[in-house]
Amino acid sequence: MRLSPDDIIFWQYGFLKLNATIAFTWGLMLVLAVGSRLVTRKLSKGPQRSRWQNLLEIVVTAINKQIREVGLRGAENYLGFLGTLFLFVATASLFTIVPGYEPPTGSLSTTAALAICVFVAVPLFGIEERGLRGYLRAYLKPTFIMLPFNIISELSRTLALAVRLFGNMMSGTMILAILLTITPFVFPIAMSALGLLTGMVQAYIFSILATVYIAAATQAREPEPGPEG
Amino acid sequence: MDSMTLVALASIVAAGLTIALGSIGPALGEGRAVATALSSLAQQPDAATTITRTLFVGLAMIESIAIYCFVVSMILIFANPFWNHVIAQAAAK
Repeated sequence: MRLSPDDIIFWQYGFLKLNATIAFTWGLMLVLAVGSRLVTRKLSKGPQRSRWQNLLEIVVTAINKQIREVGLRGAENYLGFLGTLFLFVATASLFTIVPGYEPPTGSLSTTAALAICVFVAVPLFGIEERGLRGYLRAYLKPTFIMLPFNIISELSRTLALAVRLFGNMMSGTMILAILLTITPFVFPIAMSALGLLTGMVQAYIFSILATVYIAAATQAREPEPGPEG
Repeated sequence: MDSMTLVALASIVAAGLTIALGSIGPALGEGRAVATALSSLAQQPDAATTITRTLFVGLAMIESIAIYCFVVSMILIFANPFWNHVIAQAAAK
């Protein structure tokens, strides 16, 4: 039994490998990019809209609303990044209904890449919003003793993001594979329905955690500069 | 018992114990979190969206402990470095 879709190798040339993770990621990217391009090609402002435009509008407004509810001002700035994270993770788990497909998020490399994106984006957004000094000063709050702990928490939450998504997705496919050997017909269907639900919840959690981290880094809760000492 | 059996035995037992003991804490924690969220939902249905979002984020945080245990036990079973080492040594002989 294999742990991740990394082990399915479609094509190999020397040390260059095209494994299932990369291939399915490309497939997802293609579906997302071409799909949204096709939908947004002819947008209408009138009362008569295509059903796909309605779908995309619902998705975009919902993500926007969620970002705003977390307390991030200027949700449109972050919509591109956070929306992409959500849509990628969500479609990656939605496509499990296609036979032969394995979610690329079930590989630690994919989830680590996504978590590193968050790890890099949080300081970038923070510096953009508050300036370098303002952002770096947040590490010294409440006192400078907390500096190492703040840095550790920054690293450990990245690890947690990656391993959480990986563990959930991997456990879904693993349970399916184990159940297929024990009770071949009915239970795997129920478990894959449950897998769809957990996939959606994980996509929501991944993007909402990224939103919370960005909100914590960008919010300028500058206290009044009191007397030093 | 030779070392190969010992490594296999230790890995399997440790994998079982990891997921068994490691899921106790998160299970209790999630139960408490959901119970509290339900009672506060019953008291303040207006704050449902905030409570639900906080609940989900909190549950994800708690659940990640159990997921770590699961990942460790899966590594012990399917990608065990000690087992690979023993196999490599046996192959070298």
